[in-house]
Amino acid sequence: MTLTPVLTERWNQPDSYTRRGYERGGGYKALRKALQRAPGDLVEAVKDSGLRGRGGAGFPTGMKWGFIPSQDPASAKPVYLVVNADESEPGTCKDIPLMMADPHLLLEGVIISSYAIGAHKAFIYVRGEVLHVYRRLMKAVEEAYEAGYLGSDILGSGFDLDVVVHAGAGAYICGEETALLDSLEGRRGQPRLKPPFPAVAGLYASPTVINNVETIASVPAIVDNGVDWFRSMGTEKSPGFGIFSLSGHVANPGQYEAPLGITLRELLELAGGMRPGRELKFWTPGGSSTPMLTADHLDVPLDFEGMAGVGTMLGTRALQIFDDSTCVVRATSRWVDFYKHESCGKCTPCREGFWWMVQIFERLEKGEGTEADLDKLLDMSDNIAGRSFCALADGGVAPVTSSITYFRDEYIAHFENGGCPFDPEASTLFASEKVSATR
Amino acid sequence: MSVQGRDDEETNERMSSEPVTQLGEQARAEMLEIVARYPEAQSALLPMLHLVQAYEGYVTPAGIEMCAEVLGITEAEVAAVATFYTMYKRRPVGEYHVGVCTNTLCAIMGGDRIWEDLSGHLGIGHDETTEDGKISLERVECNAACDFAPVMVVNWEFADNQTPESARELVDRLRGGEQVSSTRGPRVCSWKQAERILAGFGDDAADEGVQAGPASLVGRELADERGWTAPQGGQQAIEGRGEKK
Ligand SMILES: Cc1cc2nc3c(=O)[nH]c(=O)nc-3n(C[C@H](O)[C@H](O)[C@H](O)COP(=O)(O)O)c2cc1C
Ligand code: SF4
Ligand code: FES
Repeated sequence: MTLTPVLTERWNQPDSYTRRGYERGGGYKALRKALQRAPGDLVEAVKDSGLRGRGGAGFPTGMKWGFIPSQDPASAKPVYLVVNADESEPGTCKDIPLMMADPHLLLEGVIISSYAIGAHKAFIYVRGEVLHVYRRLMKAVEEAYEAGYLGSDILGSGFDLDVVVHAGAGAYICGEETALLDSLEGRRGQPRLKPPFPAVAGLYASPTVINNVETIASVPAIVDNGVDWFRSMGTEKSPGFGIFSLSGHVANPGQYEAPLGITLRELLELAGGMRPGRELKFWTPGGSSTPMLTADHLDVPLDFEGMAGVGTMLGTRALQIFDDSTCVVRATSRWVDFYKHESCGKCTPCREGFWWMVQIFERLEKGEGTEADLDKLLDMSDNIAGRSFCALADGGVAPVTSSITYFRDEYIAHFENGGCPFDPEASTLFASEKVSATR
Repeated sequence: MSVQGRDDEETNERMSSEPVTQLGEQARAEMLEIVARYPEAQSALLPMLHLVQAYEGYVTPAGIEMCAEVLGITEAEVAAVATFYTMYKRRPVGEYHVGVCTNTLCAIMGGDRIWEDLSGHLGIGHDETTEDGKISLERVECNAACDFAPVMVVNWEFADNQTPESARELVDRLRGGEQVSSTRGPRVCSWKQAERILAGFGDDAADEGVQAGPASLVGRELADERGWTAPQGGQQAIEGRGEKK
């Protein structure tokens, strides 16, 4: 399978983030096309394309848009588009470079999508800890207003749209769509009970579509090139392209845009393989919240169905790749720290459960655990995942259960060894640089 | 007479115990500007708290008071929001706030070593500030830059692919008053300036720095090298009820 740069097409152009750079590569052409069509046609096109959400859950985008109720114009509430640019799932690192290199692509997607769903106000909720990305977005919005792509009567179409770029303030849970809405309303970011779904009662209790950055950024190309073109990539149920983010112990970590359904074996080949002298041990297909896999899964298609078939999820295609120098107990323990830190505290199983897990992992890492602790962890995982309010809890137990499934022996080795049998120094990047420096 | 006395006492007490606030009419006007961006006023609270930090360095009682007053909500409501988010600080941080990513991937790739080394070098731990007020340290969670691991951030600008040596050098240069640039972005500004930008009051640095860092480009460049592109498109228009109106 070959790489298919669409979203990443312009990234190697030094002025890719400017309006001029974007327009030179054909930017805002799709918007002109879209404004010639009836909004409903665009919703249908996105439905027919089979585009599925790129923020992790893979929900069909056109269907989500179709849930916006048709309203009596006399009493209609405003409709909102909210772009989820919170990118905080450990391992996920695609939306940030996209917005840094090509903010106008996202904006063009925002304008077309807003037109399709009938929104006149859109928000881009970007995590606060990426200052330069925020600058680039603000500048792009300013340039888009200047060019008449935003504001009133956009390109003479009669369509009005305002866009606000909103900086978050550090909280992973705000990536969860309903927590994001609460946060955008100026509250603590805690998930809401569903239903009502955001399409019916979202931001300010008005109909709201929330989509991931990459989802929205995929829309202009679909409008420009057509549904068949989009479907010519990827698989029947997971059509199109996506950015695969390879990090960790590979020779060339980075962003690789390819059709869905590519395999890790293929991607690894493109990334120059594992670092010299080391072998693949475990990897996450789509961030830390997706159960980990091993070298046995190198040939499973990286699409929604393929990943579900091996008990995990495609998630955000955040492939965190670890070689045989890495202690899986240490890796998992650190992820559990993260979920404990980020639990919003609303429900007891999640808030207390991860706290207890952290205590157990401390023991395990010191070699003071027992096999009973492993059973306890699995028990707790069941309780946390089954009885909590939102998907953070399911995500948090994923590394725990999957690592015990694949690497039970390694946990046991910690008790037998009286501590971690690995040298943490060996898994650092500097260690591999030392190796290559002596070559 | 006695009422007068009590008032005086209170005023004196306040003057002696409360630090001088930087928040005045200008800040209030800017808060109202933020409010105007949103259909409902309270949506402005997160950027307003960033603005408070731009003036005060952290979320001060005076800042909470002003937010509450501008939005017509209680101080307790503002405080409840401020304490929920990790970017809002309850104590002054350094002029340069340095984050070391110690989430799993970065930690394993060297973030843990960098953290220990830097913390030892500066003599401060998590959420602490050097005595000269120049540098504060924080262990941060995944900052969406894992392909550049191990990652640090300075006032929320990326410092990619760090080593213990490069990390030390970076903070030493910051402490020495040198101008430092992000590996991908612009010159690093002060903490207060960064917070001002996050409140939506930009500077003119959007054009500084590269469009994309090296790791962001590996796939794109490989595609060029091998002559790979997405299929040619443009053959077909969107179908449907036809032209608009
Ligand atoms: C704890 C948690 C964190 C999430 N973080 C993000 C995020 O940072 N970005 C994102 O797009 N979706 C995130 N999601 C998924 C969103 O809830 C939502 O499904 C998504 O934004 C919908 O957009 P899509 O259909 O375009 O994928 C998160 C979900 C959970 C449970
Ligand atoms: S599961 Fe955890 S993060 Fe989700 S609502 Fe409950 S406490 Fe909050
Ligand atoms: S784990 Fe450090 S940036 Fe993602």
